[in-house]
Amino acid sequence: MAITVYVPRDTTARALDADRVAARIERGAKTRGVDINVVRNGSRGLFYLEPLVEVDTPEGRVAFGPVTPGDVEPLLDAGLLEGRQDHTLALGLTEEIAYLKGQQRLTFSRIGITDPVSIEDYTALRGFEGLKKALALSSQTIVDEIKTSGLRGRGGAAFPTGIKWQTVHDQPAGQKYVVCNADEGDSGTFADRLVMECDPYMLIEGMTIAGLAAGADQGYIYLRSEYPLAHAILNEAIERAVAAGYLGSNILDSGRAFHLEVRLGAGAYICGEETSLLESLEGKRGLVRAKPPLPAIEGLFGRPTVVNNVLSLAAVPFILDQGGQAYADYGMGRSRGTLAIQLAGNVRRGGLVELAFGTSLRELMEDFGGGTLSGRPLKAVQVGGPLGAYLPQSQWDNPLDYEGFAAFGGVVGHGGIVMFDDSVDMGDQARFAMEFCTVESCGKCTPCRIGAVRGVEVIDRIRAGEAPEKNLVLLADLCETMLDGSLCAMGGMTPFPVQSVMQHFPDDLTPRQAVTAGGTTC
Amino acid sequence: MSHASSPVADAWTPAQLQAVIDAYQSTPGAMLPLLHAIQDRFGFIPEAAVPLIAEALRHTRAEVHGIISFYHHFRTHPPGRSVIQVCRAEACQSVGSRQLEAHVKASLGVDYHQTTPDHEFTLEPVYCLGNCACGPSIRVNDDVFGRMTPERFDQLTDELSATVLEVK
Ligand SMILES: Cc1cc2nc3c(=O)[nH]c(=O)nc-3n(C[C@H](O)[C@H](O)[C@H](O)COP(=O)(O)O)c2cc1C
Ligand code: SF4
Ligand code: FES
Ligand code: FES
Repeated sequence: MAITVYVPRDTTARALDADRVAARIERGAKTRGVDINVVRNGSRGLFYLEPLVEVDTPEGRVAFGPVTPGDVEPLLDAGLLEGRQDHTLALGLTEEIAYLKGQQRLTFSRIGITDPVSIEDYTALRGFEGLKKALALSSQTIVDEIKTSGLRGRGGAAFPTGIKWQTVHDQPAGQKYVVCNADEGDSGTFADRLVMECDPYMLIEGMTIAGLAAGADQGYIYLRSEYPLAHAILNEAIERAVAAGYLGSNILDSGRAFHLEVRLGAGAYICGEETSLLESLEGKRGLVRAKPPLPAIEGLFGRPTVVNNVLSLAAVPFILDQGGQAYADYGMGRSRGTLAIQLAGNVRRGGLVELAFGTSLRELMEDFGGGTLSGRPLKAVQVGGPLGAYLPQSQWDNPLDYEGFAAFGGVVGHGGIVMFDDSVDMGDQARFAMEFCTVESCGKCTPCRIGAVRGVEVIDRIRAGEAPEKNLVLLADLCETMLDGSLCAMGGMTPFPVQSVMQHFPDDLTPRQAVTAGGTTC
Repeated sequence: MSHASSPVADAWTPAQLQAVIDAYQSTPGAMLPLLHAIQDRFGFIPEAAVPLIAEALRHTRAEVHGIISFYHHFRTHPPGRSVIQVCRAEACQSVGSRQLEAHVKASLGVDYHQTTPDHEFTLEPVYCLGNCACGPSIRVNDDVFGRMTPERFDQLTDELSATVLEVK
């Protein structure tokens, strides 16, 4: 019988040459006369080991990584296809790798195990069980199950998903929509991408259940154009799901309908903000709408709309299959379930870590992350994307949990953790925060549009040693104006990273030489 | 790694433009899908498309211009044979993307939003490619490359230029 070999096909594995690794394994097996079957699975999310090659053995799947194309021949010579573990890249049984074993994978239970577009693989691991249960329930019972789970939006604002669904459910019958926010614009995040590239049916299932709960028969996935591979995989999965009767006008012969379409964004960070996203879906410029009305009441094309992040919707199949309480059993305080933590930036072992809320940043960065990639001391961490504060060492022992982080001005956001070693110039980072806002502001309100431009100028003056004290006061005022006067969190949170640099890394912002050598400051 | 087809596609004719536009006339929220379709097909959004889109989707020309210019992805000039995007976002910064960016600009001899004189490369900034654990990241057409270094970048552009010669 043919030996099964797995070589991941997600963006990161391919960015590290997985396609050539797969081709060389096929070629090497052929010249050796060994019959193999190469499966292009999803990634396990252990990016520091990508390309992570696995081989089926009677004991289970064994792993090798990170494998470069040049490693393939020596690995084949060392008995890779027999699963022999002599080579230095051998990692033993995949499931026993500490980084993976130490996680609590409720949402990401299938990634890397399956062929992403195989419905058989999906259903073999409880795929579509949640949908089958939901089809037998009333819409209110589905909403109640989500409420019981305690699930809160994973896109950033952490709003309770069950309450949002209830609002749409309670609107009078008529055209309603489910919109998946797949704009994943935050630097340091890739969990949405992993769902879409490695387990797309989970998102399809979650959205279909949302449609049943809210009374919506049309769904859109608003996907950023920076993810061409996710686009192709989603489209293929949707096509197959329709053909197999999991989507369409008569889902699993229930008489219920749900149609799904992927729509591409066009490189605008602000279109991740839900009202800007809806404008964009309607074909307009992505200008942020004033709230109220809430999208749940007047959303896409003026109709009641559930807008949820990919991860919020991806948590739904588990909740319907295992029960809301099974999800709520994880977590701490009002942060229930698991968080998809993404270790990124200057990190030795980067990747996806799914854990119940409550782990400390330090445990994540040290135990999982293994410290910095460069081996230099860690200096600052940005959690929650470009609008999140830079956290100094004194804040790394805080447990990751929405309320706990909010208490000290931190942002959990979408769960991205970007690590910086001591070579970073935090003044550069503060400047970039303002610069990013000048590039991505939608332009609707002055504090954000003009404030960010001023912010860059003022920081440049401070760094050039021009009246730094006076300009620091100006910068502080500017931050307050943006915080108080912006319509949305783009302008309203851009000050967070800047203020955190002013507070925790003031020396980087004001070149010491400038203050002393420049003498008189004002 | 496979090299995705270059974004430079056919030269356009008004009839071809109209055919693409007609295909989207009854799509709800047709504007972005339509603009993508035009750019995917012709490599950019020709000025001549604007009045046709305005007419088909009942907008003013100014509105169509406003929409095209709002989105960083859409371009109104033909790009080079390969579009290179360099990730400028924080996770890539933490592993040296600022130095990579400087090298890329110097080596191609162009700044962002510019095309090399030989029409080989168009350089664009991008804010995250979702490869943040293995940066610095760049994208060439539809392929993402991780752990990019100045040396590997030069190698890559050499290979990309060499494929042209083979084709010719
Ligand atoms: C500037 C800005 C960018 C945002 N980007 C995203 C994004 O890329 N993805 C996302 O899911 N939510 C994003 N959000 C949050 C959305 O506005 C919204 O809260 C979310 O889609 C709701 O879904 P959830 O309740 O499932 O989190 C962003 C918000 C702001 C202000
Ligand atoms: S804060 Fe900025 S992004 Fe948000 S609505 Fe105002 S101008 Fe637009
Ligand atoms: S206009 Fe760009 S911020 Fe309001
Ligand atoms: S920050 Fe560069 S790929 Fe995400």
